[in-house]
Amino acid sequence: MELTLWTYEGPPHVGAMRIASSMKDIHYVLHAPQGDTYADLLFTMIERRGQRPPVTYTTFQARDLGGDTAELVKKNIKEAVERFKPKTLLVGESCTAELIQDQPGALAKGMGFDMPIVNLELPAYSKKENWGASETFYQLTRTLLKDKVSSSDKISPLRWKELGRRPKVNILGPSLLGFRCRDDVIEIQRILSEQGIDTNVVAPLGASPDDIERLIDAEINICLYQEIAEASCEWLKRNFGMEYTNTIPIGIKNTIEFINEVHKKLDLPLTNKKELENKSKLPWYSKSVDSNYLTGKRVFIFGDGTHAIAAAKIAKEELGFEVVGLGTYSREMARQVRATAKDLNVEALITNNYLEVEDAMKKVSPELVLGTQMERHSAKRLGIPCSVISTPMHVQDVPARYSPQMGWEGANVIFDDWVHPLMMGLEEHLIDMFKHDFEFVDGHQSHLGHTATNTKDFLNSDEKKEKNSKEGIIWTESGRAELTKVPFFVRGKVKTNTEKYAILRGIPEISDETLYDAKAYFS
Amino acid sequence: MSKVEFNKETGPREVFCGLTSIVWLHRRMPDAFFLVVGSRTCAHLIQSAAGVMIFAEPRFGTAILEEKDLAGLADAHEELDRVVNDLIARRPEIKTLFLVGSCPSEVIKLDLATVAEKLNKRFLGQVRFVNYSGSGIETTFTQGEDGALKALIPLMESSNEEKLLLVGTLANNVEDRFKKIFRNLGISNIESFPPRQSTELPKIGKNTKVLLTQPYLSDTVRDLKHRGCEIISAPFPLGIEGSTEWFLAAAKAFKISELKVHEIISPLINRAKLALESHKEILKGKRLFLLPESQLEISLARFLHNECEMDLIEVGTPYLNKDLMKEEINLLPDNTKIVEGQHVEKQLDRVRESNPDLVVCGMGLANPLEAEGISTKWSIEMVFSPIHGIDQAAELAGLFSKPLRRNQILTTKTLVTH
Repeated sequence: MELTLWTYEGPPHVGAMRIASSMKDIHYVLHAPQGDTYADLLFTMIERRGQRPPVTYTTFQARDLGGDTAELVKKNIKEAVERFKPKTLLVGESCTAELIQDQPGALAKGMGFDMPIVNLELPAYSKKENWGASETFYQLTRTLLKDKVSSSDKISPLRWKELGRRPKVNILGPSLLGFRCRDDVIEIQRILSEQGIDTNVVAPLGASPDDIERLIDAEINICLYQEIAEASCEWLKRNFGMEYTNTIPIGIKNTIEFINEVHKKLDLPLTNKKELENKSKLPWYSKSVDSNYLTGKRVFIFGDGTHAIAAAKIAKEELGFEVVGLGTYSREMARQVRATAKDLNVEALITNNYLEVEDAMKKVSPELVLGTQMERHSAKRLGIPCSVISTPMHVQDVPARYSPQMGWEGANVIFDDWVHPLMMGLEEHLIDMFKHDFEFVDGHQSHLGHTATNTKDFLNSDEKKEKNSKEGIIWTESGRAELTKVPFFVRGKVKTNTEKYAILRGIPEISDETLYDAKAYFS
Repeated sequence: MSKVEFNKETGPREVFCGLTSIVWLHRRMPDAFFLVVGSRTCAHLIQSAAGVMIFAEPRFGTAILEEKDLAGLADAHEELDRVVNDLIARRPEIKTLFLVGSCPSEVIKLDLATVAEKLNKRFLGQVRFVNYSGSGIETTFTQGEDGALKALIPLMESSNEEKLLLVGTLANNVEDRFKKIFRNLGISNIESFPPRQSTELPKIGKNTKVLLTQPYLSDTVRDLKHRGCEIISAPFPLGIEGSTEWFLAAAKAFKISELKVHEIISPLINRAKLALESHKEILKGKRLFLLPESQLEISLARFLHNECEMDLIEVGTPYLNKDLMKEEINLLPDNTKIVEGQHVEKQLDRVRESNPDLVVCGMGLANPLEAEGISTKWSIEMVFSPIHGIDQAAELAGLFSKPLRRNQILTTKTLVTH
């Protein structure tokens, strides 16, 4: 039993709903009690969808449990099929139905329908949402394509040459409630088509069962989000020999690497290398002298596996930040995140507990947090600027404007989204600097609210001098005055370091000189 | 009783389960913690229904059952014990801990009553433990509050003191208004249940006169009756009419003259009628379809028809206690179609066929209906907004007039193609 106050991921059947809702001509009969329908609002409110998710809840009640819940399942399946006429039916159960073992999938298969039926067994007491989405997409792909396995030759990535047409690829993984998937797909398709590569199928987002059956018309698969698509890509590779890409095109370096990988797999010559490298504004913006102050900014990263790993690489190599913390809630990607963290010389944090993340954040006192909406809240409490890079989805993560994370435009979006909160930090510093000028209007509101380390509070503290640090160290007038001259965003760190130094040296009173001694000691 | 048409429907539903009520109960009693014993679905449900991210540490959480807990029951009890110990160590300010049953805990027959009993002995004088079920196989949405209140009744001491007991969660400001008005009427001993502090439970007995503020408290009412309380029969204090009748019923129980009531509330009524006017202008003659969710539907229908002159197409309710709703049903216009239960698909067919001007529904259905061109008001807002009482009548009407007004503002422009 695990105490959970808040969870990054929902249960696995919500993952299945993400696949069903992303697609056309699919219906999902979910053996579940009333209340589980809450999941509809994730799609209708957070994603602002104008359609209900294609899900029928059997809505069993306590009084049904003594009787025949299996009959109830069959009744609901029959009604759903008659009403919605899906081309493929998904049948599964939520946590409670798993306990009563009606086996709705098997029941559905015994009802004599013509359409393919996918029996989803998603263990609710050990797995989570992304796993459920991945498993559903995999089972769906397998069900719709398994009959073609033996009859097909292995698909060569070079087949397009024999067929005398442009190469075709599938883009696999984008789904509803995935971070900026809607726009990533457009960006990636644009990049591919500029290179003379056609998109055969995008799935699950916007695909129908017919499209899934057409997956094997492409030469290779683009695995855009490992959390959702890797299992399917792997199955297609094993059974049809279809190669798939491993590079996630987030950031300039990874986008270039991605284009290289696709070209290499397809044996397609890359003709416009120079032009490609200038497609995004990120490299120049990052190089421009205005961005000098970004050097060595301490950044803490937490999110899903795909976005956290990509963010670490961009932070370090493309913006010149220092990554001081890296973690994920995606247990399935823990190994990769650990490897990335090791390269960065930090310890990876793998957890589903947001309070642990907040503690880790507090410990390293970063200057920027890249996280989920929950880290945005934690960072706000700590007075640290934050940009959101990952699900779980919030209504703010479905912006009206085009704002991908992937490709050239994605890199532009990332530059703005990460740097602007820091600029606000700089602005904060200027406000702090100029606040003694007579023109300064008192009451200028900080965007960080009242959480940032406050000089005034520290100076006017009525507490006895002995109490102004935990260890009984006294800050003298000169020490305090010097500390207030330190920019607010590093003031906390300087204060801690100076006290640490004072303890180390057995210095009872901190003067301005102690501050400089400590600065020299720690530099 | 007016000639109301009663119907029952079964089938797939689109409603919240009783766990959702934790969202407002934990705010009402800031010294209580609600620990759901359930699955990741339960945890995800509550955080999604709350609609906002959780700031800092919330006073509710879920002990998520895992595979190993399902293997043997003894294990699950021990595990729950461990979770509770950790929680109390971390949150020493908690005075009452609600162990809330869920669908999975009910199905595996986890005996939360026994667990609570044991914990009560261990933490005697420090934390009180109560248990109830908010499971979706037994409860809908607001029924969760019914369960929580019912669970507190055994902890309430007996007293034969005469008092007015307001039962059902109210917004604090509304509660204060009500108490002031009752004092003006001459009723001085007024208490609320649930109280603002979980430890300050009112004492009850044969001279306790219970006045319900919410229509979804069937089980609580039954147990209060068993404890000797007198239940004042009245409509619910939504709108001017409902609130007036509600005050009158309370006054009658305390032998206060009608004249006195009218004297006190007449200025309020006049003021409220004035405030209601602009909303009525928008709502008048508009056709309303209420889908079942909060159990407030019948009272809302009565208000929106009688005071805002809306036409009622269908009034859905997840559950109907005809006894408790007697006074409300009496006030409904003839031939009102009430549907208890739900077959969401068939009901949506009727929504589309009847071409309503406004549909009251849950959050899962609102945007899809809007996309079809049907205006909606999501019902969860009703349980979070201060809508009770005469002073709030215009505010309540405003919840319904706003979407219609908004649609008038957002008239679509189309491009000219020639």
